[in-house]
Amino acid sequence: MSKDSASVAHTISVLVANEPGILARVVGLFSGRGYNIESLTVAETNAKESQSRITIVTKGTPMIIEQIKAQLDRLVPVYRVRDLTVEGPHIERELALVKVKGVGEKRVEALRLADVFRAKVIDAKSDSFVFEVTGNTDKVQTFIGLMESLGLVDVVRTGIVAMSRGGEAL
Amino acid sequence: MLKPEEPATTGADLLVKALIDEEVEVVFGYPGGAVLPIYDSLFKQNRLRHILVRHEQAAVHAAEGYARSTGKVGVVLVTSGPGATNAVTGLTDALMDSIPIVCLTGQVPTHLIGNDAFQEADTTGITRPCTKHNYLVKSVGALARTVHEAFYVARSGRPGPVVIDLPKDVLMNKHEYSAPPKVAVTHKSYRPQTQPDPRKIEEAIELIASAKRPVFYAGGGIINSGPKASKLLTQFAHLTGFPVTNTLMGLGSFPASDKQFLGMLGMHGTYEANLAMHGCDVMINIGARFDDRITGNLSKFSPNSKKIHVDIDPSSINKNVRVDLAIVGDATLVLEELLKGWKAREAKGQPLADQKALKAWWAEIETWRARNCLAYKPNKQVIKPQYALERLYHHIKDKDHYITTEVGQHQMWAAQFLKFEKPNRWMTSGGLGTMGYGFPAALGVQIAHPEALVIDVAGEASILMNIQELSTAAQYRLPVKIFVLNNHYMGMVRQWQELLHGGRYSESYSESLPDFVKVADAFGAKGLRCDDPAKLDDTIKEMIELKHPVIVDVIVDEKENCFPMIPSGAAHNEMLLGPDDKQSSKVSEEGMVLV
Repeated sequence: MSKDSASVAHTISVLVANEPGILARVVGLFSGRGYNIESLTVAETNAKESQSRITIVTKGTPMIIEQIKAQLDRLVPVYRVRDLTVEGPHIERELALVKVKGVGEKRVEALRLADVFRAKVIDAKSDSFVFEVTGNTDKVQTFIGLMESLGLVDVVRTGIVAMSRGGEAL
Repeated sequence: MLKPEEPATTGADLLVKALIDEEVEVVFGYPGGAVLPIYDSLFKQNRLRHILVRHEQAAVHAAEGYARSTGKVGVVLVTSGPGATNAVTGLTDALMDSIPIVCLTGQVPTHLIGNDAFQEADTTGITRPCTKHNYLVKSVGALARTVHEAFYVARSGRPGPVVIDLPKDVLMNKHEYSAPPKVAVTHKSYRPQTQPDPRKIEEAIELIASAKRPVFYAGGGIINSGPKASKLLTQFAHLTGFPVTNTLMGLGSFPASDKQFLGMLGMHGTYEANLAMHGCDVMINIGARFDDRITGNLSKFSPNSKKIHVDIDPSSINKNVRVDLAIVGDATLVLEELLKGWKAREAKGQPLADQKALKAWWAEIETWRARNCLAYKPNKQVIKPQYALERLYHHIKDKDHYITTEVGQHQMWAAQFLKFEKPNRWMTSGGLGTMGYGFPAALGVQIAHPEALVIDVAGEASILMNIQELSTAAQYRLPVKIFVLNNHYMGMVRQWQELLHGGRYSESYSESLPDFVKVADAFGAKGLRCDDPAKLDDTIKEMIELKHPVIVDVIVDEKENCFPMIPSGAAHNEMLLGPDDKQSSKVSEEGMVLV
């Protein structure tokens, strides 16, 4: 049985009607049925049609992932559910704001690494920086890791947004 | 488009108009502050009938009974706060059993929402996980449209309960009415798949034709699809000559008297049905969902079969059991296509199921059937519950009858000993297992079928959970019969305590029971009692003849257990057939944690 097989992370794109309660429906489905949410992002993407796009990263066995997709698709305000992980190549990005406090050598090193990671300085004080770093989860994670020894004080992340490669829409 | 000559009406009037346009005849409800405008509108018209229940939970169950016995959408009207929260059990019940319900709940006026106002509850929040969908109507302009959409959502696809939360100001504001759309609604995001994929039908026909030890496993999806689906199933079964078993929800979808019928399957199903499921090589599941009461131990469930699963809900497929072929679609449409495919194959002279193998399979099934798994030890002194139901069936079988049940041993015995020849005649709480379901459901059935004989098979514990509805029965002169199998125990709890908890009957004795005959009398119903097997027939006859609501208090054997039984965590071929059939090994730890 595939229930015993290993859990894999899947990135799922959900196109929904932008109406009150829709996020609660999606989140409630995950908590109510005991599924994991690793990351979740949501915002309106089509104001004219009043549609929002939710990107969910979830982990589960193939059978669970299949259930998650079927359960999402069953919600009345859901237009489409696509599993980007299985439906071919796709790109994922997330954005993080990283606050680093320090002076002297550490401050210079933080700035130098930010340059390597193409992180932007979006706030600077004499003893702190806020960096904006964008990329896939790996890159963001690595950057945050490097900042830890250089005076990291605060992090905020958007979670993943994702899209399939090529000319096709969702 | 709005017609200028059409005068604006209040939200409450619009609502009533919308219900009438949706061909609603009856609303089950209970008034309160937030829904006063609706009750005022109801007062001013005579197209819609309102049935006043005595508790909001009963309103939903009554609407469920109405819906299940007619195939129509059941409608409920309750007030805000406690009205809505009391309805939650009924809504969850309807969700689990896929019953089309539209439940209108009152709400405090929009400007007070979120202020912890009197009788305010976050109804859409509370009911989100126990409805198919819910709406909070924030402006009167959206009201009529929302009602029409709610009915469409409730009855289409896999049916279910839909809540419309109606703030009081929305009910009092004025707006023009918009009629339901003439053409079938195409919802912008909700589009259930009803037509099956033709390639899957072909594959299914191939697989069915290759079967040597087949079984049809048919569930509530057939009932929900309409009576035609039951006819088609029967036709297909006759054409193929395959055995048929029904789930608890599917009883009536195939005639119980048919010789191809194996009875109900599952935890308290028949020996022949469960062994056929265990030993089959092709399983054709139509409208059932591999519920845990059916499968028993999943890792040992029907180990050598190819499984076909027909379901209207894609999320039911591969949820518990991985199947070899999934067909998403409405049972009627799928069965039509399967029949067409099968007949075409027959016409072309292509090979059909191996008749010799099928004969051998039937021979094997007959040996299982010969075990007579529903046999019980007759007794001249005390009434055996099984005997009571056998006698009941004997007296009602030629009458136009409907059966509802509460939940527990009596429910399983009713499923085993009453025979269902037609769909929509059997109303029981299958998924949620709601004690207190049967009596209000019977009231709903009786409203829909005033001339029919409607019987709630009950236990003495369950019936107390909605006994207040005797008042409703009296008010509307609903001659519902409550057939109480009174064993002075919460029987199924006691049975499990006996089998799994060393006979420590913790809190399962029905202490301080009321005198049911006097209870009936107090409510203006009739009460009968019987504790003698020799007098049972007369009591049942008297019950049937009475034109009143009746409680029959049948005093039955206290210690009788419900068999056959698949103990928790066991497989279909590890059934217990009776009290002398000792469990080969104790129920495993793993089995103990299951319910």
